[in-house]
Amino acid sequence: MQTAVHRIEVRPHPGMADPRGAAALREAQSLGLKRPPRSVESASIYLIEGPLSDRQIAQLAEELLTDPITEQATIGASRPKADSMIEVHPLPGVMDPDSEAVQSAVKAMLGVEVAVRTGRRFDLHGADSKTARQIAQRALANTVIHAIHDQPYHPAQFPHGLPYELRVISVPLLEMSDAQLVKLSREAHLFLSLEEMKAIQNHYHTLGRNPREIELETIAQTWSEHCVHKTMKATIRYREHIIDRKRPGIAMPGRPGHDVNPDGSVTIHNLLKSTIAAATHELIADGIDWCLSVFVDNAGVIAFDDRNAVCFKVETHNHPSAIEPYGGAATGIGGCIRDIIGTGLAAKPIAATDVFCVAHPDFKDVPEGCLPPRRILTQVVAGVRDYGNRMGIPTLNGAVWFDNDYVGNPLVFCGCIGVMPRDKIKGHPRKGDRMIAVGGRTGRDGIHGATFSSAELTDSHADEFSHAVQIGNAITEKTMLDAILFARDHPFSGGGCLFNAITDCGAGGFSSAVGEMGKDLGAQVHLDRAPLKYAGLSPTEIWISEAQERMILAVPPQNVKALLDIGREHDVEMSDLGQFGTSNGELVLLYQDVEVGRLSMDFLHDGLPETVREATWTPPHSPKTAKSKQPRAQPSISDALLSLLAHPNVASKRWIIQQYDHEVQGGTVIKPQVGSHGQGPSDAAVITPVAGSNRGLAIANGLATGLRDDPYLMALAAIDECVRNLVCVGADPRKIAILDNFCWPSCDDPQQLGALVRAAEACYDGAKAYRTPFISGKDSLNNQFTTEDGRTIRIPPTLLISGMGIVEDVRRCVTMDAKAAGNLLMIVGATDDRMGGSHYALFGAEAGDLPHVDLKSGPRVAAAVAQLITGNLVRSAHDCSEGGLLVAAAEMAFAGVLGLRLDLSRMPIQTNIELAARCFSETPSRYLIEVDPKNISEVEGVLKTVPHSVIGEFNRSSRLTNANGEFDVPIERLRAAWMKTLDW
Amino acid sequence: MPRALIITTAGINCDRELGRAFELAGAHPEFVHLNRLMAQPRLIDQFDLIGLPGGFSYGDAIAAGRIAAQLMRRTLYASFVRAIERGVPIIAPCNGFQMAVQLGLLPGPELGQPWPAEPPRPSAALAQNASGRFIDRWCAIEFPANTRCIWTQSVQLEPSTALLPIAHGEGRFVPESDDLVLRLAENGQIAVRFSESDNPNGSAANIAGICDASGLVLGLMPHPERYTSWNQHPFWTRLSPAEMSDEPPGLRMFRNAVAYVSEKRQPLHAARKK
Repeated sequence: MQTAVHRIEVRPHPGMADPRGAAALREAQSLGLKRPPRSVESASIYLIEGPLSDRQIAQLAEELLTDPITEQATIGASRPKADSMIEVHPLPGVMDPDSEAVQSAVKAMLGVEVAVRTGRRFDLHGADSKTARQIAQRALANTVIHAIHDQPYHPAQFPHGLPYELRVISVPLLEMSDAQLVKLSREAHLFLSLEEMKAIQNHYHTLGRNPREIELETIAQTWSEHCVHKTMKATIRYREHIIDRKRPGIAMPGRPGHDVNPDGSVTIHNLLKSTIAAATHELIADGIDWCLSVFVDNAGVIAFDDRNAVCFKVETHNHPSAIEPYGGAATGIGGCIRDIIGTGLAAKPIAATDVFCVAHPDFKDVPEGCLPPRRILTQVVAGVRDYGNRMGIPTLNGAVWFDNDYVGNPLVFCGCIGVMPRDKIKGHPRKGDRMIAVGGRTGRDGIHGATFSSAELTDSHADEFSHAVQIGNAITEKTMLDAILFARDHPFSGGGCLFNAITDCGAGGFSSAVGEMGKDLGAQVHLDRAPLKYAGLSPTEIWISEAQERMILAVPPQNVKALLDIGREHDVEMSDLGQFGTSNGELVLLYQDVEVGRLSMDFLHDGLPETVREATWTPPHSPKTAKSKQPRAQPSISDALLSLLAHPNVASKRWIIQQYDHEVQGGTVIKPQVGSHGQGPSDAAVITPVAGSNRGLAIANGLATGLRDDPYLMALAAIDECVRNLVCVGADPRKIAILDNFCWPSCDDPQQLGALVRAAEACYDGAKAYRTPFISGKDSLNNQFTTEDGRTIRIPPTLLISGMGIVEDVRRCVTMDAKAAGNLLMIVGATDDRMGGSHYALFGAEAGDLPHVDLKSGPRVAAAVAQLITGNLVRSAHDCSEGGLLVAAAEMAFAGVLGLRLDLSRMPIQTNIELAARCFSETPSRYLIEVDPKNISEVEGVLKTVPHSVIGEFNRSSRLTNANGEFDVPIERLRAAWMKTLDW
Repeated sequence: MPRALIITTAGINCDRELGRAFELAGAHPEFVHLNRLMAQPRLIDQFDLIGLPGGFSYGDAIAAGRIAAQLMRRTLYASFVRAIERGVPIIAPCNGFQMAVQLGLLPGPELGQPWPAEPPRPSAALAQNASGRFIDRWCAIEFPANTRCIWTQSVQLEPSTALLPIAHGEGRFVPESDDLVLRLAENGQIAVRFSESDNPNGSAANIAGICDASGLVLGLMPHPERYTSWNQHPFWTRLSPAEMSDEPPGLRMFRNAVAYVSEKRQPLHAARKK
């Protein structure tokens, strides 16, 4: 018996269904090939390396790997019988979550340590091997992480790492010229500017020595845009060039941290602090007493009830998702979940959100180096699905925005919400605490993720940065979560927490987690004590690896044993890497007791040179959509409505929603799809974070990328939309906390930075007007793609506003589906005909100006609608957003399977406007509510001066009609149009 | 108060709501890790009710529930059989069902036959959904009138409330033979069916859940533990007060089991002692 690689193939019995093969066939057929395969058969491949006898292999095949009813196994490789075959195997070093589970199962069954790799085989009938390879490359594999074989793959042995021999590398920085510094920064993937490289050089001049490699890497990680947000925190000189007198600039005097210069420019000291955070601090000073922790921890924390707090974090994972969407999205949500686990003394994740921005699925002009948009979308959905579902966290709110400028740089926003006892919202390491690494092992994967995400994508990034791309292992994270929560509420120490602080290893890995936690105390780290996935990692690699599913705990020495016991019971690996606190507060890095690095925490955290950056804003000459000189013939109202419902931004996302377990944990009381057939798009989701309590939390988002031509208006519209969504299900608008996520093209361009400044100023104005404090946020400021021929595709400036709002009693929640014939439809809020950036404008009409949020009336409208809902006066409520009033009204009708007769001549308008504008204008701050006629006078009594009117009545006609006969469409046709586009 | 054992392990994630359902029904849930149970199988003897929760045990590597079932076949099969023989109701939703079938607890021996000493070869499978996809939605269901299942007895269903939520990728019930389905139907061992028009995963005979011949062990793909309060219903905002006057069907199922152990198990237990 010798160590060899055994191969076992498992496939469905002949005659049994093969859903995986069928799914592969569907994907292959979606590629538009000349000769797609007739059918595809699938098989699972297990490669097992270890000292196993033939009998043991047969036993594994029969008992562990094969279902006796539906499957059969072949030891070795079965002969290809189809016209062609392909096999997809993860590349060496790529995380293969199933393999880890199979290894431990084999150990439990046979007591033998083995190494396992898994793969998938496809036999294609009716396709030649060239076509098969094409299908593999475009639909079944990603060569960044997979090897594609056209024969059964059966290696003689697995690649194994070589033992590492210590070498301490010193970098000759002191002697370098400016040009050499720039070259080093680029070639070593540090992505630091010349000023930053020079600051480091000066620091080492003072020390009188050259930096060691690990020190330079630590500084680069800590100073990366991703980790330190240096653009948002920089001093910015902002200039506006106002051409159009009707559209004045932003009033700058009096804003905190803003100095208006004699030349008219404005100096902003720390943009983040002077806008977004300033609004929160002013609101807190003005009486908002439920913000418990803002901008300082891994997530923002607010009070939920007297005993519990809730926290919310939204992250982006754009660049990894561009190159490997499945792994990028999965590790994006995985990282965001760890942020929640790493907030205070650990929160329990209770909800997840996701928002994707991608090119249109049928977009043909996909540049070299980019994946097809449909594949990106299906794979990011699969990534969130497989990770979120396995974690047992309901993914219950999201959006997808389609714009072809996202083709090279899609956006993946992942959010997570947690709940925690209010006495556990803060954690601080103490001197002498042990540094315990928990969770997954460290490998070479994910190295340079932080610097990579801060750089711009180019067509060669897929090759250059494939090691920054990772696959997640949700079960490692789930067991880690179980163990951490058990340790937090440790029963043997009187419900006490076994650790003093916790943080996750995200971008920068150990380097940023330890650097952050040990900021005030210093830390001593024995890098050789970190458990590794394979041999051969250098101390620098261990230190900066961003391998997933790892966290650091600061644990008082007397609690270490109890903690390790919990780890053992939960199958969670825990290792003591060193301690927090050094005599002079330095960071000391050791490998086999040899010092490999020593850094001053002060320089690391405060040495980043402050930069002054230029920002300008020149409004576009005219609204974007007015470009077409000859307006096309406008569609009829019915045709326009059908097209708008079918527009992918509007169309049903059922295909995505149903793949997510949005009900696990049992607390989802308003689900993402509502109505008697689950065919209504809910404005927000509502959960009950505390079992047994009827107090709820509503979760929603706002995204108004259509208004990209003026990010100030875009940001206000996004805040207003987020508030509307929350109010529509019954949240209290006085208790809404919001988050900002900026995804921008490169802000080295002053015009892009100017756009960013405008959006940030809107965040300040909007948060104050709505009294919705920002509690956390994130930015990703280098989202553009350079094609092979040097063309730059910039994403639209994108600001996602995510929000959560308290619902006093979930039994009073309302949904958007119309409830009963005879009930009246009312609009609350006035409509105007500024249709720039609207979806209707896509038909090519003169659209006019971009819509404005009225910061005086917007919050009043929201408060009035909320008062009606808590007063039980509203049967259904829906916000008017993409597509405008008529789209929203149609959705209410088909979700409730009712007809609706409208009379749009009666709606409140600001000027006399055309019917198309009444139907499709996307004026913000408008709500549709369904009211029982017997309550109408009471409703009008509440609304008083808020613009409103009855605009229709629900009926049993199964049609959507207008009083003057301008449109008359069967509800079923509207529903079908809305369902069809993304029903993949 | 009856004690309910909730078995957790790596990747199990519906343990809390399952415990909550037992709690609402009047039992005391206790969460025990599979590692501890495998080391001390006799722990099972202390409990009156057992729940095998949903989730993704061991990541559902190889197939859903496979590794957990393999581990339990080696160490806990006899303890489960002992529990069933002393009248302990067991519920196994979703991943629990997938485990129970591969562990050999379901469908169990034929009526009147004893449990085999060794875990039997499974006679059914829960294979990948016909669509090839994970799916979360509420499905119309029915409880066959002849079922022996103690969990679903006399739970009245109205059209607007006869629903249960599913959330799985591998729930297609595949029997080893057509005979098995006939036998299960005749013996009253089909506990839950999807409505003819609402079979979400391609299960044979629209089977959503089955029980053993004693009616104590219920395995089902839907999650009744997610239907214990009305505001979990998918369109509760449309229901009338009359429709919500009774307790939701999911909670009624747990009440049945708790009532069973409180009432019927006493004499059974006493009979044994004699």
